[in-house]
Amino acid sequence: MNARGLLNRISGRSQSDSPPRVGPISAGDPVATGPDTSHGIMLYLEDVSVSFDGFKALNALTLYVETGELRCIIGPNGAGKTTMMDVITGKTRPDSGSAWFGQNIDLLSLHEPEIAQAGIGRKFQKPTVFERHTVFENLELALAGDRGVWKMLHARLSPEQLDHLDRILALTGLSAHGEAMAGSLSHGQKQWLEIGMLLMQNPRLLLVDEPVAGMTPQETERTAELLTSLAGEHTVVVVEHDMEFVRSIARRVTVLHQGSVLAEGSMDEIQANPKVVEVYLGEASG
Amino acid sequence: MSQALHTRPSLFGMLRADGGGTTLLGLLLALSIVVPVLHLLVPADSPLHLSSYVMTLLGKYLTYALLALAVDLVWGYCGILSLGHGAFFALGGYAMGMYLMRQIGTRGVYGDPVLPDFMVFLNWKELPWFWHGMDMFWFAMLMVVVVPGLLAFAFGWFAFRSRVTGVYLSIITQALTYALMLAFFRNDMGFGGNNGFTDFKDLLGFRVSQPGTRVVLFLCSALALALAYVACRYIVSSRAGRVVAAVRDAESRTRFLGYRVESYKLWIFVFSAVLAGIAGALYVPQVGIINPSEFSPLNSIELVIWVAIGGRGTLYGAVAGAFIVNFAKTYFTTAIPSAWLYFLGALFVVTTLVLPRGFVGLLEGLRRKKKAAAPPGGTAAAGDAA
Repeated sequence: MNARGLLNRISGRSQSDSPPRVGPISAGDPVATGPDTSHGIMLYLEDVSVSFDGFKALNALTLYVETGELRCIIGPNGAGKTTMMDVITGKTRPDSGSAWFGQNIDLLSLHEPEIAQAGIGRKFQKPTVFERHTVFENLELALAGDRGVWKMLHARLSPEQLDHLDRILALTGLSAHGEAMAGSLSHGQKQWLEIGMLLMQNPRLLLVDEPVAGMTPQETERTAELLTSLAGEHTVVVVEHDMEFVRSIARRVTVLHQGSVLAEGSMDEIQANPKVVEVYLGEASG
Repeated sequence: MSQALHTRPSLFGMLRADGGGTTLLGLLLALSIVVPVLHLLVPADSPLHLSSYVMTLLGKYLTYALLALAVDLVWGYCGILSLGHGAFFALGGYAMGMYLMRQIGTRGVYGDPVLPDFMVFLNWKELPWFWHGMDMFWFAMLMVVVVPGLLAFAFGWFAFRSRVTGVYLSIITQALTYALMLAFFRNDMGFGGNNGFTDFKDLLGFRVSQPGTRVVLFLCSALALALAYVACRYIVSSRAGRVVAAVRDAESRTRFLGYRVESYKLWIFVFSAVLAGIAGALYVPQVGIINPSEFSPLNSIELVIWVAIGGRGTLYGAVAGAFIVNFAKTYFTTAIPSAWLYFLGALFVVTTLVLPRGFVGLLEGLRRKKKAAAPPGGTAAAGDAA
């Protein structure tokens, strides 16, 4: 099964298919045209600091994510992983520092919906799908395009959109469940459906928060395959606690500690790093 | 099967997938043929003759069913529990009533060619500004849809924009209809005070009491219900309808996907109010009276009960509920008047406890059981009714 090739075809094609974006965004606007990644970097975070009532959630965090990379972020509780995601998606404004999507999109100047439109999709930890809609309808609702009431009253799926939808169904392993109510899916299937819903909007950067929490070993394995197949065409950043899972997917791992990067490298390098061992063992004993 | 609906527009396909709706439209067609025939053609002394009382009663139920349909659209599909839909119904009724009052002319008790009786009685010298134009049928009919629509728009604009939801919204809708009731009770509002409008004579030159006119009104009610049903079914099976249901189930998630939740809620609410207004306009000439008690908060609550008993979120369930409860009401209020409210309360409690999906949910459950007992022919395609 050649999911990667499939996805290349989907995204390559739907990029040109997707209708012009609505709202105040003009054609020449970088939000509409997407990030410029000619230097090979998808995401730049530089000296980002966030504090909540004096507690430094992020402390001069500097992090670069390359285009097409599958990056895992690990770290003990309170290391700033979720805050980092919040800064990227516009939910939290940093006190200082800069965040850029490609070389041309300043994330700190955009609001949440604009950031989503620019091509950053975020998957939250808890699966939130529309339980009383079918799997197929869930994906349909997530389809990119004009969302006006009048437009939706007459909207029909074009053959291209239907193909796109079928491919996402296949990619997420839900082809057999298209007509099933999303509420009847297993926990793992709901997570995949939600990833599928993100993919319907053709994001360039996917942020995935603890995808395998609560999954069975088989589901975890399948999720690893899915995320690996997405990397390349998409840039994927995964926050995860499950070390086995991280080892199975990651080529590059970043360890956060107290709001800044403690170490970065392959999983083997990370596990051999004395600072990392100290942080994790210190937490385990304390 | 349902995927075809997502790609190809087809009214026929839409109705074929909707068994309950096809049954309903078939029944309406049958009623539209049988009732006029039994009333007009069968001689009055025949046991098969349908009296004008029964036909008017059925016509009234049809307008109630249209009202229930409007409530099911916002409550069953969008999750907006409006406890004030009676207000839109009454406003549509008042607009129709104003037209009918202007048609009385010199035949009133005081014989004033312009002023309705109650204005002469109050010693008014000229027609208030909002009564102008109401002597023209087309203008009055425009007001039947515009006035409830505008009120719903203004109300929804503020309520949905401020993200007022759930029980708070329901309470405000109650306040809305209660405030209107108090206002319409006042004589100086210019709507006839607590007597409202009655003693109508002509509608478009035809006497409202004539059998022919009554039959036409009955047929108009059946037609309005059928058209409104098809329109509502079209809306809920469109992608907009799926967005609306998504708003009901997970509002913030829908917003997060990039949909303007407020405008979806607003338009569905306005459309529903317009349907309620049309129902009111058809109700008034058949019943022959409209007064402020139609704004009573209790009325609005009762019609929510019709929908709950019929089965909400199905459209045809709302129609069934309106008929069932009102048949029961007609029976009880003549047989044992004091028991009616207890019966209604009991019916509501039993429905909520035992039949959360209402009467049509019960029927569907029975049918599925029968199907399960028979050798499996196909998969349960009706699963989307949940």
